[in-house]
Amino acid sequence: MTGPANAILDVRGVGMMFDGAGGRPSVLEDISFEIGPRDVVGLVGESGCGKTTLLRIMAGLLRPTRGEVSLAGVPIVRPEPQVCLVFQHYAATLLPWRRAIDNVMFGLSARGAERQQLRQSALALLERMGLAADAQRYPWELSGGMQQRVALARALIRRPRVLLLDEPFSAVDERTRAGIQELLLTLHREETCSIVLVTHDLDEVVHLSRRVVVLAGRPARVQQIIDGPAGVSRESLRSHLSIVRGRS
Amino acid sequence: MKAAGARVLGYGLVLLLLALWEAASVTRLLDPFYFPPVHEVARSLFASLRDGRLARAVLTSLGRGFVGFAGAAVLGVGLGAIAGRHRFVRALIDPLLELLRPLPSPAIIPVAILLLGIDSSMKIFIIGWACFFPILLNTIDGVRSVPPALVETARNFGLRYPESLFTVVLPAALPVIFTGLRIALAVMLILTVATEMVAGSNGIGFLLLEAERTFRIADMYGFIAALALVGYALNHLFLLVDRRVLAWHHAMHKDPAA
Repeated sequence: MTGPANAILDVRGVGMMFDGAGGRPSVLEDISFEIGPRDVVGLVGESGCGKTTLLRIMAGLLRPTRGEVSLAGVPIVRPEPQVCLVFQHYAATLLPWRRAIDNVMFGLSARGAERQQLRQSALALLERMGLAADAQRYPWELSGGMQQRVALARALIRRPRVLLLDEPFSAVDERTRAGIQELLLTLHREETCSIVLVTHDLDEVVHLSRRVVVLAGRPARVQQIIDGPAGVSRESLRSHLSIVRGRS
Repeated sequence: MKAAGARVLGYGLVLLLLALWEAASVTRLLDPFYFPPVHEVARSLFASLRDGRLARAVLTSLGRGFVGFAGAAVLGVGLGAIAGRHRFVRALIDPLLELLRPLPSPAIIPVAILLLGIDSSMKIFIIGWACFFPILLNTIDGVRSVPPALVETARNFGLRYPESLFTVVLPAALPVIFTGLRIALAVMLILTVATEMVAGSNGIGFLLLEAERTFRIADMYGFIAALALVGYALNHLFLLVDRRVLAWHHAMHKDPAA
């Protein structure tokens, strides 16, 4: 198993079981991989294999049944603001009673001049996202793509060390998707955070990720870690993944 | 325009009914002892307004009504917020709620008189009791309907439980909580009058019953009319607050065709 040196986020032997009607089925088993500084890692696997559960564990929103996740060597035992999760249903995570700019500033405590400075940063970030003119609009006045960008801006303003994106482009049209993907790559070049991206889209994985972690099976395990998928031929990658799909 | 026109017609209907009452009473089609003409009712209403009796009574009634309502709102929203977030608390209070909720509030008036006497504390208790249930149940529903992703996002951003409750959960549940508050406001007026009729020496409910018992029938109708106006004003005041506090919610759900 390959992994970057000086891992910022270390997922080590993570297993997860949920209480259910038929006992305690295991969802994840012995998941291990590392995220390096400024890394972009794609996390792929069949629908319902536990990718979102894994992201929630990585953000400290769920405690794993086994194993642990560490941020710069410190185990994550509670919600970790430095590991910021942008949910798949981002529209449901925006506060409908707050304007776009106030949504970006949500949860950040600052007063007086500091708050004014924060407001300027939020505005600059929205401008970067092409939403300067929409800063004073409410989320429900924005399109899906715009809402997505507000959710992204809200995560980025916190300058997280790791940004977890759960199928960030699943609910936007092709053009918007391409635009946000480019924006994400530009922001990643400018910012210092690492990105973990859950997606179903193979092209997206190849385009955005430096490494791909493939989950498969029930319970899900790490089937494969593919380094530099951009260098691997699309067909070869597709066959990797289709083998995984065939097995699961 | 159509709705506005119907509204004007609606007010016209009220005036028409009053005119019919006046005519029926003056022509003795209705017994004027039981149904005094509208102008006599209006005269007695203005007389009680002039001598300050009505204003004092209304203020006394609303004073105790609002204390009961406010107490129920604090307790109902507080407990509802906790029960809405925690299944264990919900399961714990559910049997008690199911037993007490269907109990007509006037049924506990004798118990309250026994324990608290007949002064304001008894009335405030009964009003609070009756207002508590619609507020509690709507708060539980409202809090339960808050999208989990919204709460998870707050947790992910490092917000602590109370901060998340006050900045995310309660604001998100506010439209449903307001439904409970509006129901409770109507209940407040009903129970305020009812308790003053059962036991009391002041308040609009007491004045109303006293007028009936001393055969001042025009006064009685005047107080009923005053109560209707107070209820109308309270409801409109509440809607004003609702439109201001929940402006985002109404704009969000505005029918573009309307």
